[in-house]
Amino acid sequence: MDKTVNQKAWFLVLPVFLVVAFSAVLPLMTVVNYSIQDTFGNNQFFWNGAGWFKELLDPSSDLGQRFFASLWRNLAFSAIILAIEVPLGIIVALSMPRDGWRVAACLVIMALPLLIPWNVVGTIWQIFGRPDIGLLGYTLNHLGMDYNYVSNEFDAWATVIVMDVWHWTSLVALLCYAGLKSIPDAYYQAAQIDGASRWAVFTAIQLPKLNRVLLIGVLLRFMDSFMIYTEPFVVTGGGPGNSTTFVSIELVKIALGQFDLGKAAALSLVYNLIILIVCWVFYTVMTNAGVDRGHKEGAV
Amino acid sequence: MARIDLVDLAHSYGGNAADPDSFALKPISMTWRQGGAYALLGPSGCGKTTLLNLISGIVTPSRGKILFDDVDITRHSTQQRNIAQVFQFPVIYDTMTVGQNLAFPLKNRGVPKPEIDRRVAEIAGLLDLAPVLHRKATRLTADAKQKISLGRGLVRADVSAVLFDEPLTVIDPALKWELRSKLKALHRALDLTMIYVTHDQTEALTFADTVVVMHDGRVVQAGTPQQLFDKPEHTFVGYFIGSPGMNIVPAEVGGREAVVGGHRIALQRSYDRLPPDAKIEVGVRPEFVEVAAPAPGLLSANIERIDDLGRVRFARVRIGDVKFAARVPQGFSISGNEAGLIFDPGRVHIYSDSRLVEGTA
Repeated sequence: MDKTVNQKAWFLVLPVFLVVAFSAVLPLMTVVNYSIQDTFGNNQFFWNGAGWFKELLDPSSDLGQRFFASLWRNLAFSAIILAIEVPLGIIVALSMPRDGWRVAACLVIMALPLLIPWNVVGTIWQIFGRPDIGLLGYTLNHLGMDYNYVSNEFDAWATVIVMDVWHWTSLVALLCYAGLKSIPDAYYQAAQIDGASRWAVFTAIQLPKLNRVLLIGVLLRFMDSFMIYTEPFVVTGGGPGNSTTFVSIELVKIALGQFDLGKAAALSLVYNLIILIVCWVFYTVMTNAGVDRGHKEGAV
Repeated sequence: MARIDLVDLAHSYGGNAADPDSFALKPISMTWRQGGAYALLGPSGCGKTTLLNLISGIVTPSRGKILFDDVDITRHSTQQRNIAQVFQFPVIYDTMTVGQNLAFPLKNRGVPKPEIDRRVAEIAGLLDLAPVLHRKATRLTADAKQKISLGRGLVRADVSAVLFDEPLTVIDPALKWELRSKLKALHRALDLTMIYVTHDQTEALTFADTVVVMHDGRVVQAGTPQQLFDKPEHTFVGYFIGSPGMNIVPAEVGGREAVVGGHRIALQRSYDRLPPDAKIEVGVRPEFVEVAAPAPGLLSANIERIDDLGRVRFARVRIGDVKFAARVPQGFSISGNEAGLIFDPGRVHIYSDSRLVEGTA
């Protein structure tokens, strides 16, 4: 097909270009600007080249140490909540009713935690876990457990993880439920005819059919948990010590606590890059999973 | 391997309390002989899939009983019934290879490995799946996927029956013939009871020894293809089987005569005791009515068009307001559109309220 050349068409792209420039490109460039300079206030900047990046990625420096410690902590956190939320979400989705009014009831109840703002979730758990007035903390301590998320690292981690599971398992469950609903009845009937056990139905039909929604679920949950800030900040403030200081909390400490704009900017860019890479990996895996299906499936 | 008896079997998706006229399957009693090749034929929504699912146990009947070799299995699960069923759309297990797909029903039943391998190889050979046995099933075409579904239905040697629910819908027409003859050959080789649901009469007539015609939740006739053609027991069968279908025209019948549009047609049998209030119709297949030049003594009709089906030609004619089809003899030509119709008296059937009436000799 012949395309007509019309340079005026660029004007149609202009609004989007402007919006993106002002909302994303320019702010990002200021961060880049900070990351390669140093300042002693008074709006006076000095060239620092890759200095902040070198310091950030050097584990022996103070900044590098803090960065890597929070990065591993954050990855461990993401791994743990994924390992809990994904299987739990699948189990919940499998045990949800198929039809009738109970479906609506389940969906509403499960959507509730998703609708609560992050800082409110944090506040709820911060109070819930307090040994003096919180229901959870009070009960646990009266059952003879020495539970205190303010002073005990393990308790702090457990609280933050349970809070995340409480907040986000519904998302995985709802995604899986939608995936399960889209499996045609004929598959279950065929499995029944073929004499498949419940477990075989799960591994041969349900899990393979869920693989795409699960990928999306894992991606969403990984991203969210890797960027988590508000909830642990409200509950533990990153403590005790630095034990629940995740990357974004560390970033805010450096940027706004110490006002080290150069270091914080370098950290931001590296953080951003990690997220981009992970996104790209997931995207590639997902498109490849699509290629696997090659021919369109006949059913429905 | 079993004889299947249906005793007063009926089903309503609205529960047993639903209005009897709304039942998806109205009460039927019939026997499916061990080793028979049956076709369940009927238009969409006539209850054939419901009947199939009742036999396989996917649906539990609202009323009645199902017996396998005189054992009541109405409440048994699909697994206990040991039935194989192939569905309209291909069902394959995504993560498995073609071979693993075929082996799945056997593996679930704990069949020993060498036996599984032997059966899978045999079925793969019959269905030409041997070259792709080790490939992932998801990457194949819809045709091949449906062959896998068929293979899974046939891989167990000891099943009570194999049920097919319009299995060739997604298959390419050229391959349809081939697969259908394969199924027929498999039926002869394996001595299995096979029930084949379809709305395609060619499929039904070529596959089955016995064709069961369903209409509006009822079985209207079960018989050989020849019986369905020669002596439809219900006007629906006459109309549904055959192409073009049977001519059904309102008539007045008395003694050995039927009066259609003021013209008398001689009958071979005598019909004296027809119910007075019933709707009386004459049914005759187009193959047994011949178009001729108009002549006194022949029923006169207007030719609207002539369809050339290759081997035969059928004239579409009108008798008054009634549409009619009739065979055009070889070498017949006519000027104008007036024609006469010659009936084969032995092939004219009388229907009272859509049901065949046997005359007396």
